[in-house]
Amino acid sequence: MAISWYLVVSALIFCIGAAGVLTRRNPLVILLCLELMLNAANLALIAFSRMHGNSDGQIFAIIVMVVAACEVTVGLGLIVAIYRRRLPIDVDQLRELQG
Amino acid sequence: MSAVIFFIAAIGAVAGAIGVIALRNPFYSVLALVGHLLSLAALFLLLRAEFVAAAQVVVYAGAVMVLYVFVVAYVGDGSQPVGRGGSGLRVAAALFVGALFVELAIAMLGSGLKAIGGDGAPYKAGFGQPAAIGQALLTKFLFPFEVASLLLLVAAVGAVVLARRRRGLTLGDEERDASRFVTARPRFTGTMAEAVGLVHAPQDQRENGAERSAGDGVEPPVPAPAGVRDDEHGGW
Repeated sequence: MAISWYLVVSALIFCIGAAGVLTRRNPLVILLCLELMLNAANLALIAFSRMHGNSDGQIFAIIVMVVAACEVTVGLGLIVAIYRRRLPIDVDQLRELQG
Repeated sequence: MSAVIFFIAAIGAVAGAIGVIALRNPFYSVLALVGHLLSLAALFLLLRAEFVAAAQVVVYAGAVMVLYVFVVAYVGDGSQPVGRGGSGLRVAAALFVGALFVELAIAMLGSGLKAIGGDGAPYKAGFGQPAAIGQALLTKFLFPFEVASLLLLVAAVGAVVLARRRRGLTLGDEERDASRFVTARPRFTGTMAEAVGLVHAPQDQRENGAERSAGDGVEPPVPAPAGVRDDEHGGW
């Protein structure tokens, strides 16, 4: 398959993830949608790595996976802290920091 | 054959992504993301990224998703109604995302890259296999590798600090502070080692302590007297 097909799939997954971040209000689902976007970026990185025949892009994808794992860990810790304080798990109601 | 596998995996990946954002129950969203990640691993295999595909399945679809499932089970499924979202916002989001997709497609397909329509450049033997990845990580990309390990450590410590049960910060008992729980006690009352007689105070010190405790009541906690080998007695 041509590399462009992979890039189109990557763009589609990225846009679906962005739509989820924009529309869903449960922070758990928003974290899942961030995962979708990061994975779309990973797919593009690996497709370009294959296009050049150079494995540096795969290293980049692995580092992105590490960063995604860190983000998930801290995000889930925040969600657990929100739940412990009996606050609503809804990003529309958690607006104390909003200007 | 590879085209068939590509379309199956691509449809699976896109369907999983749509399932993540469309399902109401976050638990089903997590399961849809697992399916999405497995399909994506198949795409990685088609792109000759064997190690990344394996890491994707083991680390992402295994470990990270288990973490998600635990948090969803702890927090609750969140399916209680949280009020209706604005449908105007939803339409605006759909328009924005459609524009984003068109823009991305133009940016990538119209980039004029010659190789983008081909199957990829010829690659060396061992491309994307664990040996090549490991050698690159430990030689050319050693610094990002070490920074990534440090980042993982920071994230682990941060998650523990964020999610621990902290008494002073819950709503309603802000006035509770740690100093109220530190109480002074007389010498040689309290610890288990003193209670079972493993720690003996010297005779003069015990008398002085008794005099002083008769004088001013309580004493701050005392450390173990020197010469007590608590490793022999199993510690405190």
